[in-house]
Amino acid sequence: MQDDNLIIRGIDFKSRLWVGTGKYKDFEETARVIEASGADVVTVAVRRVNITDRKSVNLLDYIDPKKYKILPNTAGCYTVEDALRYSRLAREAGVSDMIKLEVIGDEKTLFPDNIGLLKATEILAKEGFIVFPYTNDDPIIAKKLEDAGAAAVMPLGAPIGSGLGIRNPYNIKIILEAAKVPIIVDAGVGTASDATIAMELGCDAVLINTAIAGAKNPISMAEAMKYAVISGRLAYKAGRISKKLYATASSPLEGMLL
Amino acid sequence: MMIKVNGEDYITDKLFLSEILSDMGVIPERVAVELNLKVIKRADISEQILKEGDIVEIVNFVGGGNLMTINLLN
Repeated sequence: MQDDNLIIRGIDFKSRLWVGTGKYKDFEETARVIEASGADVVTVAVRRVNITDRKSVNLLDYIDPKKYKILPNTAGCYTVEDALRYSRLAREAGVSDMIKLEVIGDEKTLFPDNIGLLKATEILAKEGFIVFPYTNDDPIIAKKLEDAGAAAVMPLGAPIGSGLGIRNPYNIKIILEAAKVPIIVDAGVGTASDATIAMELGCDAVLINTAIAGAKNPISMAEAMKYAVISGRLAYKAGRISKKLYATASSPLEGMLL
Repeated sequence: MMIKVNGEDYITDKLFLSEILSDMGVIPERVAVELNLKVIKRADISEQILKEGDIVEIVNFVGGGNLMTINLLN
């Protein structure tokens, strides 16, 4: 798959599986899971340093920014102002200009506030950020985010952490048809087949956190996701057969007895 | 003087932001610093002078995929 790398704004992504680093029991487990997933993009959140505990360890001691592409997010931000503030801090923390932009609209669903998201995307894109906005599976907002300067658009498959899979593959298909930027499914994947479905639809990558971190065996699930994404991508590129109502024989009828 | 660091009162006799970071054992290369809601460029940290009542936020990266509600600013 080396000739099939995803390239966004000149950045060469070696894996189409992107992984989150939340919900693991410790940094050792996080590092082992990322290794097993084969991902080269890992998302991280921006939070206060523990200033009372001098011995507190840093995530980047376990996930080498030279080996992985660190993608900071604005998780937990409910306003444009907060999202901008976290983005600017993330950039100053010095890993990259990439930001996975989240402007959350509601605590229960964690659905995005698309109006705020669009505003924040526009401002950050103008400031030179490589913006990856997390949005609904809505083709209109996806197009508007692209026009506002998003480097890629990240529609949800289903609510964050729900594991419901790709709830509206037809919307994802419409988003893909219209998009000129890469489309990366973010949120909703529950198991390997969900990731494959996203890739078979033609998505450029999939971002997964809970489905791996919450699995009984996160390392095995990370590996499963790795192959699921590769499978889906290969099947998409191979071009699937069309669906038919009736059987079509795959063995020759010629040469049969009688 | 009294300032606020990550939401907590902090009493110090140091004048420079870099001195406070070093007192707290924070390595500047691993963090981003905000002073009164303005991000301070890493190169400027050593020159930045603090005054009474300043509000300092020091952040770093933690594990997160999507929502993490703990330890948010403010």
